Amino acid sequence: MIRFEHVTKIYPGTSSPAVDDLSFTVPTGEICTIVGPSGCGKTTTMKMVNRLIEPSGGDIYVLDERGELRNVLEMDPILLRRSIGYVIQQIGLFPHRTILQNIGTVPQLMGWDEARIRRRAEELLEMMNMSLEYLDRYPHELSGGERQRIGVARGVATDPPVMLMDEPFGAIDPINRNILQNEFLRLQREIKKTILFVTHDIDEAIKMGDKICILNAGGILEQFDSPAHILSHPANEFVEDFVGADRALKRLNLVRVEEVMDSRPPLLQATQNAEEAIGFMSERGLRFAYVIDADRTLKGYVRLRDLKGKTGWVDEFVEPAATAILMGTSLKDALSGMLVVDYANVCVVDAHNRVRGLVNTEMIHRAVVESESEKSADEEGEE
Amino acid sequence: MKEEVSFLQRLRRLTFGDILGWTVIPVLMIIVVILVYNQLLLAIEPESMEANIIGSREIGFKNVLDATAEHVRLILISTGLAIAVAVPAGILITRQGFRDFSGLVLGVANVGQSVPSIAILALFMGVLGLGATTAIFALWLYALLPIVRNTATGIEEVDPNVIEAATGMGMTPRQILLQIELPLAFPVMFAGMRTAAVINVGTAALGAFIGAGGLGTFIITGIPLMRDRMILVGAILTAVMAVLVDWILDKVQDRLVAPTARA
Repeated sequence: MIRFEHVTKIYPGTSSPAVDDLSFTVPTGEICTIVGPSGCGKTTTMKMVNRLIEPSGGDIYVLDERGELRNVLEMDPILLRRSIGYVIQQIGLFPHRTILQNIGTVPQLMGWDEARIRRRAEELLEMMNMSLEYLDRYPHELSGGERQRIGVARGVATDPPVMLMDEPFGAIDPINRNILQNEFLRLQREIKKTILFVTHDIDEAIKMGDKICILNAGGILEQFDSPAHILSHPANEFVEDFVGADRALKRLNLVRVEEVMDSRPPLLQATQNAEEAIGFMSERGLRFAYVIDADRTLKGYVRLRDLKGKTGWVDEFVEPAATAILMGTSLKDALSGMLVVDYANVCVVDAHNRVRGLVNTEMIHRAVVESESEKSADEEGEE
Repeated sequence: MKEEVSFLQRLRRLTFGDILGWTVIPVLMIIVVILVYNQLLLAIEPESMEANIIGSREIGFKNVLDATAEHVRLILISTGLAIAVAVPAGILITRQGFRDFSGLVLGVANVGQSVPSIAILALFMGVLGLGATTAIFALWLYALLPIVRNTATGIEEVDPNVIEAATGMGMTPRQILLQIELPLAFPVMFAGMRTAAVINVGTAALGAFIGAGGLGTFIITGIPLMRDRMILVGAILTAVMAVLVDWILDKVQDRLVAPTARA
């Protein structure tokens, strides 16, 4: 947990505050994205947690590894910083140190022995899906995305309960940023850190945050809430403008296909014959059905009109599916994929290409419409 | 880095360029030294026997060795003392609270650098008297600027993101200096030391004016006696030493500077 209580920062020599009476709480295990226009004090806010910047007023509390809520202003800043994971935009890997030494920075400061540091570094590289060969390389031998992964690995090296991330994916190209974001969300599901995540990109804030903290110039908190609630109920005009006119579409980002899909799609075995297949589809009023193997692996689909009057195995009439949506995909990506291939229906598969369900444009439409009315009720129910 | 490479493998990896880089300068310098030595031998040519016998007695092989040793001593002591003072000074003026003095320190060192070396020798001869001490003091003063400047520049050029990451992860200012700033600034710092040492080889030749010894002795003795060969021996050996010092330090730099800092 990270808790801000009436935190204010006024830089010396200025009259107006950079952060103004900020109070909010990030629950344990959640990502809170701080977003706002430049000069809104989002980085200042973050840096006050590990006291790279000292607050002028108010208190900041952090839940430490022993589960005690501690006032950071009463802690030794050096020890405080070692207990908080820190990842910055330019990564700041030490160019003269190997990846092993970079990841081992905080462990080494905490006095771990070499063998333990190496074990931990190997574990982290595996977590990042990187080969162990990287351990003895230098940062300049890595690509931007790989360096960013090492930056994250270095941040979580001692498994700190709290992490601060300052635009960690800001310097990465859009394609790789998307990959890194997804990887990080997957990782977060395992490591469940309490994270303060600074970004200037509202889409990133919506995607990464369990909570979003929207700041305005002068460090004024405009809204602190879940992404869904901010999108459906922006607190004021500023937030409404900031999240953009396409906020209804942005909500598609928040819903995953498995939440709306039909988990009992029409399925035919490849070994059934055409007659059976026609019977199956006519009975249900279907114009198509998916064809699977014995282990539910997707082979493609068959259309009723292709089968009419034919005999033989279903297998002979299978058309390969031009696209299938992976479980965990957001509705926005699913819809985009459907528009590309001009399908009204698309099959949802798991990582092993086994059929798990079906989504169509109607379900997506319903999700958007419903979220407007239902989301708010759900949110209140959860809290 | 745990990179185990056998001697043979390393030998095979050598490129033509590597071999040239390692051999050209020393071989050239050896040739020059042999030529100088031959000049000394030629001094006993029959037709100008008398004059050159005196010459050869004065610039005997042992004299040359002694003068060279003196020269090296002047440089080692003055550059060593300069490093001992200039590196801490350079670090100090990059520390918070002392940054304001950075302009002052560099300014003073700059003025020192722009006063001609012969003038410094003359000035301090009055205070410190004749001899090697005065020469070492002047050389020391001369070597300060490049080292202070490069130390400060090297540290200031370290990527601020790297410093921020180090601070944010809980390194103490001392750890940041020793583990991050100095290693990363080292290539630039070393370049300053190299410049200082090479300049000092030449400047040390002037030390002979105030009786500090060294290779300059041949030059200033040779001029009034109009003994060209004597002047040449002093001049050429000084030049050879400057080239060699530069070459040796270049190779040391290759060794010491981490592979990453060069990339």
